[in-house]
Amino acid sequence: MKKYFVVVMGIVLCLVVSGSSLAFDTKPPAVGDVFPEITFSIPGESDYRTYLGLSKGEYFSIQDIKAKVVVVEVLSMYCPHCQREAPRVNQVYDLIEKDPSLRGKIKLIGIAAGNSTYEKKVFRERYGVPFPLFEDADFELHDILGGVRTPYFIGVRIDSGVPRVFYSKLGGFESADEFLRMMIELSGL
Amino acid sequence: MKKQRNLTMAITGFVMLLVLHGTAYGLSDVFKENIYVPEKLAPTDSVLKVAVGEKAPDFTLPSVHHGKISLSQFIGKKNVVISFVPAAWTPVCSDQWPGYNIVKDLFDENDAILLGITADNIPTLFAWTNQMGELWFPVLSDFWPHGGTASKYGVLRSDGTTERAIFVIDKKGYIRYIDVHNINKRPPLESIMSELKKLNQ
Repeated sequence: MKKYFVVVMGIVLCLVVSGSSLAFDTKPPAVGDVFPEITFSIPGESDYRTYLGLSKGEYFSIQDIKAKVVVVEVLSMYCPHCQREAPRVNQVYDLIEKDPSLRGKIKLIGIAAGNSTYEKKVFRERYGVPFPLFEDADFELHDILGGVRTPYFIGVRIDSGVPRVFYSKLGGFESADEFLRMMIELSGL
Repeated sequence: MKKQRNLTMAITGFVMLLVLHGTAYGLSDVFKENIYVPEKLAPTDSVLKVAVGEKAPDFTLPSVHHGKISLSQFIGKKNVVISFVPAAWTPVCSDQWPGYNIVKDLFDENDAILLGITADNIPTLFAWTNQMGELWFPVLSDFWPHGGTASKYGVLRSDGTTERAIFVIDKKGYIRYIDVHNINKRPPLESIMSELKKLNQ
């Protein structure tokens, strides 16, 4: 009976450890936190690699992106707000890329939560998304980021290789200019 | 020993609660706090009454904005994709049709119409689908007799909701594809599109 108890407790412990990422670590990253360790696949498209400042390879972390600030949008092809927000987010990208003082310093990436490669491609093509999107078909990255509703924006400042969150908020924004101004101000860029 | 057993059972129950509670859905903020999150459901809970190659059972149902719709009205005109979703104001379902709403052209390319069906009543479907924006496809209510059409197809669950199921029906009215999907997951868009493409080959 003692042996049975030990086995059951072992299984339970394993479940607690594996289940803890679902149950306890599901808070979105807070301002001041170090951005969670997420492994992204290096994009196959050379344009995206150039934009992110990455060379060919398999994986990268957010701090590997050649930028001072990275804005992460968690989105989904199936999310009406993300669909409506897409043109404004693209506008933020354009404002950055057209401004020599910001270009290269602020980069955007998107995590397509629960979307397959095909679904991510549909979203990208429908809305002409110019920045890299990363599919997250099994919600793995989404879980790490607290299972947030979408769209969700996380601003990350990278200093000396440490990615620190300076903005973490659900929902979109009214004006691309205002959002960008806020990113600059809050990041201390 | 009894204490030990009770402790084991209590911890196991607690862990099961945690694991079930932690399920992620990736829900859109458009629905705010209005989505009812049920416990994790059995992946399927019905027995199909139709098969690929068979004539699709006809039905006539009221829709939210398009009056009464019959399957037979599309015979000879359009391929039909029926998307049964379990219930309004629930996770996954709320993040399924809005995706189809941005790919009308892909359905058009395959000469197909999409019919969304749940066993909810019209007012509920009206309020729910309003959150999704203007949908290009009809949303049908299989509320009364409750789940009658879902039952004909064998996708009515024992709790009165429907399965999360996709049926692809060709222009002659024959069923060409069935996916009674795990209710807790969304069928990938590409599987629907690849089945539609096959109809035109």
